[in-house]
Amino acid sequence: MERRDQILLIVIALLAILAVYVDLNIDHPAWLENLLAWQPEGARKIAIRYGLDLRGGLKVSLVADVPEGQEVDRVSMETARQIVENRVNGLGLAETIVQIQGGRRIIVELPGIDDPELAIEIIRGTALLEFVDAGYVPLMKGTVVTTTLGGPRLTESPVVTMPVAPEATPTLPLAPATVVTETAPTTPTVTPGVYETILTGADLDQVGLDRDDMGYFIPFRLKAEAADKFAQYTASHVGQYLCIVLDKEVISCPQIQEAIPGGNGRITLGNATYQEAHGLAVQLHYGALPIPLRVETATTVGPTLGEISVQKSVRAGIIGLSIVLLFMLVYYRVLGGVADLALLLYAALNLALYKLAPVTLTLPGIAGFLLSAGMAVDANILVFERMKEEIRAGRSLRAALEAGFNRAWTSIRDSQISILIACAVLYFFGTNFGASMVKGFALTLAIGTMINLFTAIVVTRTFLRTLLRLAGNWLQTRRWLLSV
Amino acid sequence: MFNLVEKRRWFFTISAILIVLSLGMMILTQIRFGKPLRLAVDFTGGSLFVLHFDGPATEPAIQDVFAANGLPETIIQRLGRPEDNTWQVRTREVTPEQVRAIFSDLAEKVAPVNRDLSTYESVSPIVGGEVTRAAGIAITVAAVIIVGFIWWSFRRVPHSVRYGVSAIAAMFHALIIVIGFYALMGFLQGWEVDALFLTAVLTVTSFSVQDTIVMFDRIRENILRYREEPFERIANRSILETIHRSLATQLNAIFVMIAIILFGGETIRPFITAMLVGMLVGTYSSFGIAVPLVVAWEQATQHRARKATA
Repeated sequence: MERRDQILLIVIALLAILAVYVDLNIDHPAWLENLLAWQPEGARKIAIRYGLDLRGGLKVSLVADVPEGQEVDRVSMETARQIVENRVNGLGLAETIVQIQGGRRIIVELPGIDDPELAIEIIRGTALLEFVDAGYVPLMKGTVVTTTLGGPRLTESPVVTMPVAPEATPTLPLAPATVVTETAPTTPTVTPGVYETILTGADLDQVGLDRDDMGYFIPFRLKAEAADKFAQYTASHVGQYLCIVLDKEVISCPQIQEAIPGGNGRITLGNATYQEAHGLAVQLHYGALPIPLRVETATTVGPTLGEISVQKSVRAGIIGLSIVLLFMLVYYRVLGGVADLALLLYAALNLALYKLAPVTLTLPGIAGFLLSAGMAVDANILVFERMKEEIRAGRSLRAALEAGFNRAWTSIRDSQISILIACAVLYFFGTNFGASMVKGFALTLAIGTMINLFTAIVVTRTFLRTLLRLAGNWLQTRRWLLSV
Repeated sequence: MFNLVEKRRWFFTISAILIVLSLGMMILTQIRFGKPLRLAVDFTGGSLFVLHFDGPATEPAIQDVFAANGLPETIIQRLGRPEDNTWQVRTREVTPEQVRAIFSDLAEKVAPVNRDLSTYESVSPIVGGEVTRAAGIAITVAAVIIVGFIWWSFRRVPHSVRYGVSAIAAMFHALIIVIGFYALMGFLQGWEVDALFLTAVLTVTSFSVQDTIVMFDRIRENILRYREEPFERIANRSILETIHRSLATQLNAIFVMIAIILFGGETIRPFITAMLVGMLVGTYSSFGIAVPLVVAWEQATQHRARKATA
């Protein structure tokens, strides 16, 4: 028995040291952060993640804008997600999230965005694919142009970065000769002048993806009407360049080798990778998004507001927990002091877990943590009240301690289970539907409840046993210290 | 021994008054807002702006800007102190283009909006419907679990139906009062029922049922221990033995909640307040309603039994 307590004490001490070390607001060594194998590679770090309500930013939920009841296939959703992610990456923000939720929703989180409305427009906007007449001068890949259908949306508007290899040397059609060598400029240059749009993505009927000895190529077929127009145009413009422009940015600029009748053509991509070729094919096929997306919910929080919320929560937490610590000390004296130690360890363990897991903290999440801390002493109180009863009934301190823990156990177990059940219901409610705030609360409350089982039972009991072994006789004669 | 159960008529009267007041608040809300509770955009769909202006603003000026941008129906409220220059505006769902236009018009005609301190939330009515449905499912699941839990706890107790029904009655009593309180705050402070309110209600309901079960458990123990005592005395003894525990543990949660209400952010104040009120009413309903109901039931049947033998 004694030996078990000693081992437990050592384990608790080590856990406490580890938790405090993780909690410290310092730069932890990279090798340590790399041990967190469950976190995504490259983004492993020991830090608290704040939700959008605490750091400010934009959260948008986009839904597939198809008639009620119509199925949206997973591939289209995933493609749409990738395209949205590309656009989001173009905004140049850190720690953005783009994920599919349920069958037909895409959730986008953009922390620290300056212009939420512009971001929404960019994310949702249907990218426009155009074939423009460039005359005899090929345009460099990445050039931003103005066409007869309008100019770039906004000069600072981030353009969709096309997943095409810079060395890709497209030719059109089927021509073996490489006509244009292109290099990707680092910054897109805006070319003055208005280029005539011959066709748009809406004129494409079918788009495929194939490869031959030369690498990947995208065969396409135009709709009947457009095919005639294309045939006439190519017949009269042999030797000139026809540029493929997506959202006013040139993605390739092949030379017309000969008239293309029948509306069939191909865009060769040279040594592009499968992902790049597939990405382009998808964009060509769908004119950008495979399914129309509608903004379903949008939430923006000013960054300063988030900061203020964090400060206020920390202050409220410190005040609230201090009162709890003080109350326990005054009301249960020595026992309360031990419970306080356990509560401090509880808080440290929770914070450490938030950093390691990681748990994204939201305002209701912090409330859930604080509340669970307030209730963490619940188990202690159940035990202490039982202990006091037993001591009054004339039992020795040691016997009262064991009896207190044993007899209070069922009550503690029941109350913890009922909280965990409530959390499970809430978590389910928060996960599946638009109420993500609820999820944060349920998660921190549930984590707190489970950690509490450890600190309130194992830790407190070990501490008290040790205390009684060291100072049991002394306490026996000073029962007021145990508030009996 | 202090006799709480003997005073049950008082408790029943107080509770009846509270329930009538709560229902009255809901009826008033129904008359004023067309629904028994003011629902937030989470459930109804629509947009909620919290605007922090750099200078003083007035309700008509804000309303004019929204109306000029195609949003004639707005509910506008001041938040915090007048010098905070913070206003809450509710309207139907807005598009990003409208938001852009509204912000620039506000800057021109009212006062510049400090975007760093402002928020807006826009929810389409379809999502609102879905969230409402999800909330309905969550409440149903929770209710089934709670009733199942109560049934399971008392499956071997004589007259288990009495305990079960009393516990559920106490639970509904607490729920009605919390909802009535929120309806009142809807009038006074513009509080709206959102997903967080639902969370608060579900959480405190589970606590309060737990509390009731602890008291009933003690009654079960004490019936065996004090066979010669009348039931009323046993029930009262059980309350006094457990109330210490109930109050002491809740006291700590209450400390934390009051600290959050006073010093925490405004955003979660309604949420925590609902939880605090729910916890207080929940505890009260355990010793003021649940146990006295069981006692009253017991005495009524005894009374009838005595009449039958007489």
